[in-house]
Amino acid sequence: MDGDHALAEGALAAGCRFFAGYPITPSTETAERFAERAPEVGALFIQMEDELASIAALIGAAWAGQKCMTVTCGPGFSLMTENLGLAAMTETPLVIANVQRGGPSTGLPTLTAQQDMMQAKYGPHGDNAIIALCPDSPQECFDLTVEAFNLSEFYRVPVIILTDETVGHMHEKVVIPPADQIKVVPRNNYSGPKEDCRPYKFDSKGGHPMVRAGDGYNFHITGLVHNEMGYPVMTADQGKIVVTHLMEKINSNADDIIRLEEDQVEGADIVVVSYGITSRIAVKAIQDARKEGIKVGSLRLITIWPFCEKRISELSGKVKAFVVPEINYGQMVREVERCAHGRSEVISVNHCGGAVHDPEVILDAIRKASK
Amino acid sequence: MSTQEIRFSGFGGQGIIRCALITGKALSLYDDKFATMTQSFGPEARGSACAAQLVVSDSRILYPYITHPGILMALSQEAYDKYYGELPDGGVLIVENDLVKLQSEHTNLKMYRVPATRFAEELGNRLFTNLVALGFLTAVTKVVTDDAMKKALPGLVPDRFLKINIKAFEKGYNHGLEALSAAGAAS
Repeated sequence: MDGDHALAEGALAAGCRFFAGYPITPSTETAERFAERAPEVGALFIQMEDELASIAALIGAAWAGQKCMTVTCGPGFSLMTENLGLAAMTETPLVIANVQRGGPSTGLPTLTAQQDMMQAKYGPHGDNAIIALCPDSPQECFDLTVEAFNLSEFYRVPVIILTDETVGHMHEKVVIPPADQIKVVPRNNYSGPKEDCRPYKFDSKGGHPMVRAGDGYNFHITGLVHNEMGYPVMTADQGKIVVTHLMEKINSNADDIIRLEEDQVEGADIVVVSYGITSRIAVKAIQDARKEGIKVGSLRLITIWPFCEKRISELSGKVKAFVVPEINYGQMVREVERCAHGRSEVISVNHCGGAVHDPEVILDAIRKASK
Repeated sequence: MSTQEIRFSGFGGQGIIRCALITGKALSLYDDKFATMTQSFGPEARGSACAAQLVVSDSRILYPYITHPGILMALSQEAYDKYYGELPDGGVLIVENDLVKLQSEHTNLKMYRVPATRFAEELGNRLFTNLVALGFLTAVTKVVTDDAMKKALPGLVPDRFLKINIKAFEKGYNHGLEALSAAGAAS
């Protein structure tokens, strides 16, 4: 199956029973698959009037007790960013897959890109800590969608799957394990006494229950700075409490959240930092470089946000250079630079989108870095 | 066989991408191989030149694209003109007999012509052209088993046309076996 279909299957396996979306190339196949499969599992699929409404419907469905998802790509994701901020502020679990295509604007509808990496985190206004994952194959589209839901439920945070047109439309074997072998974090709804009900707890931790609308508890949900009951408290002191919690529930748990895939990084002179489809292009350059005797390792970001600052810091100074190929004009390379502290050279191998890199270009960068 | 690379090409509407999907599914699910399919996606897949790439391997495929195609199926003149040059000596070239005018005899290649469109028309509809060609490819390349290919068809062709598609596949397959033995006798 292709990556787009695997996203839908991953959502269903994770217990997602609500999907609201607006079709857009190259993500439409996910919506089609979910719509087709929804009646088989008692799920609801709604084609909305636009992307603003899609994510708004997700926020509503999440507070009504459903695990929920939408898919889109750049133009739609831009429209979703306002309510993405609302979801983060109201600690609403939901999953958005962005099957990236070339931008800016409507850009290259049918062609691949990785240009929305920064937008995923910095798109909404205000400080915003979200989780973003990046699959490199249809199999990972399935696996990481399940993981996205689990992280989203535990940390009560929007989780974004940053895939791309190439992986979305690539067909490979996808192994879907029996349901009892898939680890699923169920929705945790509060069921205690009314007087103890608190929809929010600002302790920089995950694992807090949701309160489901209709279960009889009185509470409030707002994008304003709020107290534990959800009611607005518009003071700098409360702002500090809420924002610290929102940021630190992700940042302070980064070690538990972050997943990387490393190959021959220890002892390497050059480390190629890549993600998604580009890591599968880079692998060819890495293999060829090794044949030339260059000690080159690969570090693949499976988790994009939070960024693996600790690991890059550890490697900085030990490796001569980081080579960062990505299908954008240089986005995650800035994060690598920040965490390399000037102790290792950082080389961007950028690309304006519409295609994957020629592996030769990455190989050249590795060669230059090793000199 | 460690890795084999196949390019399917023709024009949009011939079922080129479907060919790659069927072959990839057959290999992945029924022949115990790994296969990665990437395709033309966009307006070109719906009318003009259209191609799909299939990488086949005994182990997990990392790099997903074709670098050294060993097999080319070209069902249009444009596809043949564009891609035959990338085949190495000994590569397999399969062309649609009535749609492709050869630029040379390609004595360095294993060259096959299949009248896929005509066979499909004999079966009642030229829509089956791709299955005839696939059957032929299966027979002459042996990159995938005919059994796996037939198992892969349900879900990838409409149920009501399953039988006729199998028939088209077999027609191409048998013609491929004949072509193979003729080539063997000639050499």
